[in-house]
Amino acid sequence: MKTQMNSLILRTTGHFLLPLLLIFSIFLLLRGHDEPGGGFIAGLVAAAAIALYLFSMGIKSARQVLWVDPRNLFGIGLTLAVLSGVPAIFYGQAFFTSQWWPIYLPPFGTLKLSTPLFFDIGVYLVVVGSVLTIVLTLAEAEG
Amino acid sequence: MRPEVALPILIPLLFGAVSLAFWRSQRVQRWLGVIGTGALLWSSIVLLDATRRDGYLIMHMGDWAGPFGIVLVSDLFGAIMVVLAAITGFATALYSLASVPRELEKFGYYPLMHLLLAGVCGAFLTGDIFNLYVWFEVLLVASFALLILGGERAQMEGAIKYVTLNLLSSVLFLSAVGLLYGLTGTLNMADIAWKLGQIDDEQAGLVTVISILFMVSFGIKAAAFPLFFWLPASYHTPQVAVSALFAGLLTKVGVYALFRVFTLIFTQEVEFTHTLLLWMAGLTMLTGVLGAAAQFEFRRILSFHIISQIGYMILGLALFTPLALVGGVFYIMHHIIVKANLFLVSGLVYRLRGSYELKELGGLYRDMPWVGILFLIPALSLAGLPPLSGFFAKFILIRAGLETGAWVAVGVALLVGLLTLYSMIKIWGEVFWKAAPAGESAPETVERRSERSRGRDLYFFYLPIAGLAVLTLIIGLSAQPIYVLAETAAGQLLDPAGYIEAVLGVRP
Amino acid sequence: MDTIMALVVGTLYATALYMMLRRSIIKLVIGLILLSNAANLLIFTAAGLTTGAPPLVPDGASAPVGAVADPLAQALILTAIVISFGVLAFAVVLIHRAYEIVKVDDMDQMKDTDT
Repeated sequence: MKTQMNSLILRTTGHFLLPLLLIFSIFLLLRGHDEPGGGFIAGLVAAAAIALYLFSMGIKSARQVLWVDPRNLFGIGLTLAVLSGVPAIFYGQAFFTSQWWPIYLPPFGTLKLSTPLFFDIGVYLVVVGSVLTIVLTLAEAEG
Repeated sequence: MRPEVALPILIPLLFGAVSLAFWRSQRVQRWLGVIGTGALLWSSIVLLDATRRDGYLIMHMGDWAGPFGIVLVSDLFGAIMVVLAAITGFATALYSLASVPRELEKFGYYPLMHLLLAGVCGAFLTGDIFNLYVWFEVLLVASFALLILGGERAQMEGAIKYVTLNLLSSVLFLSAVGLLYGLTGTLNMADIAWKLGQIDDEQAGLVTVISILFMVSFGIKAAAFPLFFWLPASYHTPQVAVSALFAGLLTKVGVYALFRVFTLIFTQEVEFTHTLLLWMAGLTMLTGVLGAAAQFEFRRILSFHIISQIGYMILGLALFTPLALVGGVFYIMHHIIVKANLFLVSGLVYRLRGSYELKELGGLYRDMPWVGILFLIPALSLAGLPPLSGFFAKFILIRAGLETGAWVAVGVALLVGLLTLYSMIKIWGEVFWKAAPAGESAPETVERRSERSRGRDLYFFYLPIAGLAVLTLIIGLSAQPIYVLAETAAGQLLDPAGYIEAVLGVRP
Repeated sequence: MDTIMALVVGTLYATALYMMLRRSIIKLVIGLILLSNAANLLIFTAAGLTTGAPPLVPDGASAPVGAVADPLAQALILTAIVISFGVLAFAVVLIHRAYEIVKVDDMDQMKDTDT
């Protein structure tokens, strides 16, 4: 089986779907703390977007559009997630206690900067990295 | 709130993550491997010291109060296990610098090693039974990938058995956790123990059923009879540094879980569960050692001996007297160091002579007597000769067996000790003592051999082996402080009420 | 409802074990997938089934009102699904590599390391 599907419709829509789905995944990621969403789901959406791109454009262009090795993404995400637990210790609290640093930005409202946000971004990257590692490994094995 | 408790988990996790981020630079990964495991060793010693002074160290992750949040608990037994894991990790990290081929390093050897250590330390320190499952899976996934590093046929075949049986065990564990949650409505181990103490009689049977599920699941992970087949099928296939890490740590996580669960949670029907454990221990010892007697490959002999040694540890748990638990804890301490060291020696022999087959080896003592000494220290310790560490470990266990009148178990333990000695003498005779095989069966010429025995990278072989051998000698020659440590740890294990009080803050 | 779920879980376990005992590696992996699903359903059932009461906190309150479904069991299952997804993805990659090397889909041909 070839990994690239020979379908005109898929190839045409693939270009437009990729940015749309990636934006949607970031929307899900940022919405996640109080409402349905979060790093895991968002990461799956992003990984699915790139997997779709892989099927429509072939493995080479998928690697190009990704520009980093997914394993690096995994490592950076895991580092971020682990580090997000550390700031609490400077406030004398247990690891992974949530810290909130709300920043007031006049035209937009309040930006709720917090360690759970960084943890979620870390999870997002880990999920994207690990799913794409698996998908790309299998796709390359198929040739 | 004690930050020491989380450090042995966070450090390997962080170093693993950072070395993954440096995916392309093996040089950085190599350094991070040594520094990371060194930092882990430091943090584990800090943890042990603090735990020895204060009894229990507790940390509620994310400040969520127990029993609702995830609690990290370090009691003395857990802290000892973390130190042993860190020692093994550090020794193998040094050893890998020279022994792991450069072309395999780029498949993520060092990040996986860190993740494995994070999983192992997490399992030793968690106070939450579902979290224990999660750490089990973390270390399993890392071990899967390490096991097939290199991708040879034997590795694939071994890996399929390893993966299947370990996944089966995980699912059994998960099912048991689910049933336990349905029964008690909590996942915190201390809380479970408390709730099970108040359970009414008609549900007592269900508790025993769940305890058997745990026994089977952890029995598979610990490679106990009758579900040990995955171990000898896979442990001799990967890189030797990986073998040593697995041999030192993985099965012991299963043993640790058995100790934890069957001293803290399931002590309702000791006559039934611990008698079953006693049978399991005896048969594990026997099958392991008999399997080893039939083998003629260095690492396969050692793999079968892991199984027989697991039997001794479970024997300590099964007798369930204070002295027996001291013996069990002492045995684990001795075993992890000695077993990892023996695998490291087998790798050194392979490096020097290019074979693991006893028939193709020989004459090593005449050429390099020091290697022979380095082998004899852990080998005789494994067999239990005084004054090495294994003697005291076996002595305490057998004494505990005699006190409880478990004559059959004691007989089996003594017989197995004798057969272990036979196996070690077999390796000694074949690899070191007999003349090197001449003619076509000799794998290499004399010139090639002397060439192999030079090279600066050999220091990274000798250093960890010698370090672990010295540790074995220290445990043997100054057994008293180690015994006191094991005694305190066993005392804590036999006092579930103290554990519950430390975690939940109320005396049951 | 509990009885039906118990039957479903039992059937899943039985099917999974049957598949795992076959000689084909592919069927072995299918068995493992079914087994993890069976365990998830078991947790779901053992934790107690509550229909039509999602554990949602109404506006202004700090705890859900009345009897609601247990959210912890769902969290456990979600975690277990994520983990088994990772592990099984690895298992699929593994059998693919193993098949490329050994060239047969038969466990009986894979006993070189057992003797």
